Amino acid sequence: MSESEKKVILVTDEGIRTDGRKVDELRPIKLEVGVLSRADGSAFIQQGGNKILAAVYGPRELHPRHLALPDKAYLRCTYRMATFSVDERKSPAPSRREIELSKIIKEALEPALFLEYFPNSVIDVYIQVLQADGGTRCASVTAAALALADAGIPMRDLVTACAVGKADGRIILDLNDIEDKEGDADIPIAMMPQLKRITLLQMDGHLTEKEFQEAINLGINGIMRIYEMQKRALREKYLKIREEVVGAEKSEPKAKNNENTNESKSKGDEKE
Amino acid sequence: MYRREFLKMPIFVNKKEIVVPGDLLAEGEYKMGEGVFRQHDKYYATIIGIADLKGNIISVVPLRGNYIPRINDIVIGKIVEVSLTSWRVDINAPYFATLRAAHALDRKIDIVKDSLKRYYDIGDVIIAKIISFERGEPPLLTTKENGLGKLVGGTLMPIHPTRVPRLIGRKGSMINLLKKETGCKIRIGQNGYVWFLCRRPEIEQLLIRAISKIEREAHTEGLTDRIKDFIQQEKMQIERGESK
Repeated sequence: MSESEKKVILVTDEGIRTDGRKVDELRPIKLEVGVLSRADGSAFIQQGGNKILAAVYGPRELHPRHLALPDKAYLRCTYRMATFSVDERKSPAPSRREIELSKIIKEALEPALFLEYFPNSVIDVYIQVLQADGGTRCASVTAAALALADAGIPMRDLVTACAVGKADGRIILDLNDIEDKEGDADIPIAMMPQLKRITLLQMDGHLTEKEFQEAINLGINGIMRIYEMQKRALREKYLKIREEVVGAEKSEPKAKNNENTNESKSKGDEKE
Repeated sequence: MYRREFLKMPIFVNKKEIVVPGDLLAEGEYKMGEGVFRQHDKYYATIIGIADLKGNIISVVPLRGNYIPRINDIVIGKIVEVSLTSWRVDINAPYFATLRAAHALDRKIDIVKDSLKRYYDIGDVIIAKIISFERGEPPLLTTKENGLGKLVGGTLMPIHPTRVPRLIGRKGSMINLLKKETGCKIRIGQNGYVWFLCRRPEIEQLLIRAISKIEREAHTEGLTDRIKDFIQQEKMQIERGESK
């Protein structure tokens, strides 16, 4: 598509994008861990207009039995979009795209997990997209990794994902829906940030080798920022309870156990 | 707290700090406990939990995770299937356990005339010990030791398996406190099932609340004292309610 045919300007000459972001800026991200009480682990991500829930069950008994692997756990990922998640109603039947994304999300998460600890069992990862706004596969991987960690499944590292791309000749970070559809290239990247290993890399569009290098570096930069948010979200859940308890002690000190509460309080202070 | 650079074995976390998968714990020569993996000479956490260092052993005490059977664990399970010579038991793990007749009964039984249903039937709750768990085989149980066998009556409460050590406490301090203060019979399975039999329903409700509180606040300091206060206060309230 030549410049003159283009209907929308995605990046202005000043480097401002359709939603007011700079080229290397992420969308606002909100992460929450342990949002579902029935699941063994769960997480919710809001990244721009994306709203995605991830739930993890297991390791548990695998049905149907013939899928069981004798040397490791079977990782079963299910990516689904709600009928109301996109502009035009999506048919509730699993589409080709959903099946493909389930597969690539599974492959992005698998290298991070110690599946060999749980032979013959299954770890189920259910991902439900409630609202889609471009880059759902990346947001899904980020949320699913949090849910897996929340389920207490041993992992080498968290997995974090972010998309990079190109629009109007500029390399841009964390594409939204319109940049994804109208832009020149889209590269979703997932990696284990601490171990510096990429577990998912796809490319749709055209880039020169130099642009590709630049895009990967920008993507890794974005992933590192999301990684810090992921770790903070995981810790927050437990720190909250700890603070609540320490706070409760301060508000109602008991005459009888004064010594003990003081002791535990000073211990708590040391930690912080 | 533990920056031991002079030994060239630095530790990067404080004791009792909450760590998440991928956190760098230490560098150098350590022994690995649970929840740790090593790459070159660096040690990383693999699970969400609390960092711990005992002597030279670095480990992460898990805060989440399903029960995985281990040999010598005492577990509470439900009978789900009775066959001619064995029972299948749900022990809240990814694998059903097997209890063979030889590991449950003192004498041989005549499988033509007698049925294993007479001893443990479907739905019965048993407390048993895991005697073997080989790769590719279901865990094997025994009920032949003292205190093991069928649990009759009472209530079965599932808790999070990672909270079991806290519910027992150091040298059983927490569980002994609960038994002493409530007067209930309590048995705990490592798999996260707690069974108890109380004389009065109010006390049973109180015990459930206390266990829920322990489960929720397991990773906080000074919990035993708080639980003691909690039970004594609640008991006073129950008594006050009765005298009115």
